[in-house]
Amino acid sequence: MPFATSLRCRKCGQEYSLQSIKVCDFCLSPVEVNYDYKAMAKVVSRERVADGPFTMWRYRDMLPIQGEEVDIGTGFTPLLKADNLGRELGLDRLYIKNDCLNPTYSFKDRAVSVAVTKARELGFDTIACASTGNLAASVAAHASKAKVDAYVFVPASVEPGKLVGVAIYNPKLVTVDGSYDDVNKLCAEIAQKYHWGFININLRPYYAEGSKTLGFEVAEQLEWQSPDCVVAPAASGLLFTRIWKGLQELSMLKLIGPVNTHMYVTQAAGSSPIVHAFEAGSLHVHPVIPNTMVTSIAIGNPADGYYALMVARQSGGGAQDVTDEKAIEGMQLLAQTEGIFAEAAGGVAIAGLKKLVDAGVIKRDQLTVVFITGAGPRTQEIVANVVRPLKIQPNLESFSEALSISA
Amino acid sequence: MAKKQVMFTFPQELIKEPIIYNLGHKFKVVTNIRRADVSENKGWVVLELEGEDKEIEAGIAWVTDKGVRVDPVVGDVVEG
Repeated sequence: MPFATSLRCRKCGQEYSLQSIKVCDFCLSPVEVNYDYKAMAKVVSRERVADGPFTMWRYRDMLPIQGEEVDIGTGFTPLLKADNLGRELGLDRLYIKNDCLNPTYSFKDRAVSVAVTKARELGFDTIACASTGNLAASVAAHASKAKVDAYVFVPASVEPGKLVGVAIYNPKLVTVDGSYDDVNKLCAEIAQKYHWGFININLRPYYAEGSKTLGFEVAEQLEWQSPDCVVAPAASGLLFTRIWKGLQELSMLKLIGPVNTHMYVTQAAGSSPIVHAFEAGSLHVHPVIPNTMVTSIAIGNPADGYYALMVARQSGGGAQDVTDEKAIEGMQLLAQTEGIFAEAAGGVAIAGLKKLVDAGVIKRDQLTVVFITGAGPRTQEIVANVVRPLKIQPNLESFSEALSISA
Repeated sequence: MAKKQVMFTFPQELIKEPIIYNLGHKFKVVTNIRRADVSENKGWVVLELEGEDKEIEAGIAWVTDKGVRVDPVVGDVVEG
């Protein structure tokens, strides 16, 4: 039974029916899904969740959909106790939420699964997105499963090799000969002109809700408790706010106790408007022009930036940026301690966590969860210099010699 | 008539200039402010522009040329 009742403006409170909508008509602010939590609480229980499938859809009661879900097997990814990395950083209770292990290798599958399910309910036969990688792959994969058309817009500057993981699903791939900003503006216009389900524009309220399942899963995997600290990367800020919302909802439904989690947002220094705003004590996230190699989180004008800022502040958390160099060190540290090859956004989270621990902000005994939101292979060229093989001839002598040199 | 919803971000040196007023006079564009915040350092305004496509585009180009950053109201939509 669906418990979503309406869409509600996050600023002015104006309510709308559960439709596709870009922003509030009155104040042009983002809208979000509103639920009947009282009715939901009568149905949802730990046991009911535990009886569900081992995917994100075990939380179906808390998601805004009615019809059959478009599911490619997303979610319920591992929460690993990271003892090696914890020792390296000085944390006794560190966990990694490894969302690399989703079907298209990033957390976007959670959000897209809900958005495409809703798109089908709302009667869209075409879905679309603009992306440089993870979102594009996820949208294309879900479109295949849902048997709907998909348009994926990509800046022409994205290397063709990166698009293989998108093109394999056979969406209509459109490369736009313009800057990142040009693609942004064009897609906002296309979304207005064509009656398509634009995943992160007019379906954004539903898209957002899928990311809540990260918060749900972590709490369930910690045997129904919320962590002391959460460290997560941010681009639009949506994921960060929805981890928090997920924890809050579980508490409201009495599946966990009060949430005392400190939320720490991390960004690449070359694209860190949320961190800037936090550090400046500002109430507004001023847009910046991204300049970072961490392309998966290079968003200069984050749609949920203000709300991410509020979550960091209200939870008693914080914000931390890291240089590209430190992000790459973070990727390597994660790979070489825990065996997880994350994309650079994961390196940002690890390097951000390191800075927070070194500064004494996150303490050794705090139960800390760091979110790894995407896998490394899609953008592996940024760490290509790790390849330093022993070069030998095909004989034992050559190998022995190389071994003695390298030893 | 087309409508376009945008956010203007003003640098400090332009805060005192009547740019939105001039936009409405220089171009056949109706400006309709929905939200705004202006401080001594920076200012932003979320507004709807209504008019012919060409007029809106020319108006935005003029505003951009003055040094105002113009963004879609939905934020950046190109995601990683």
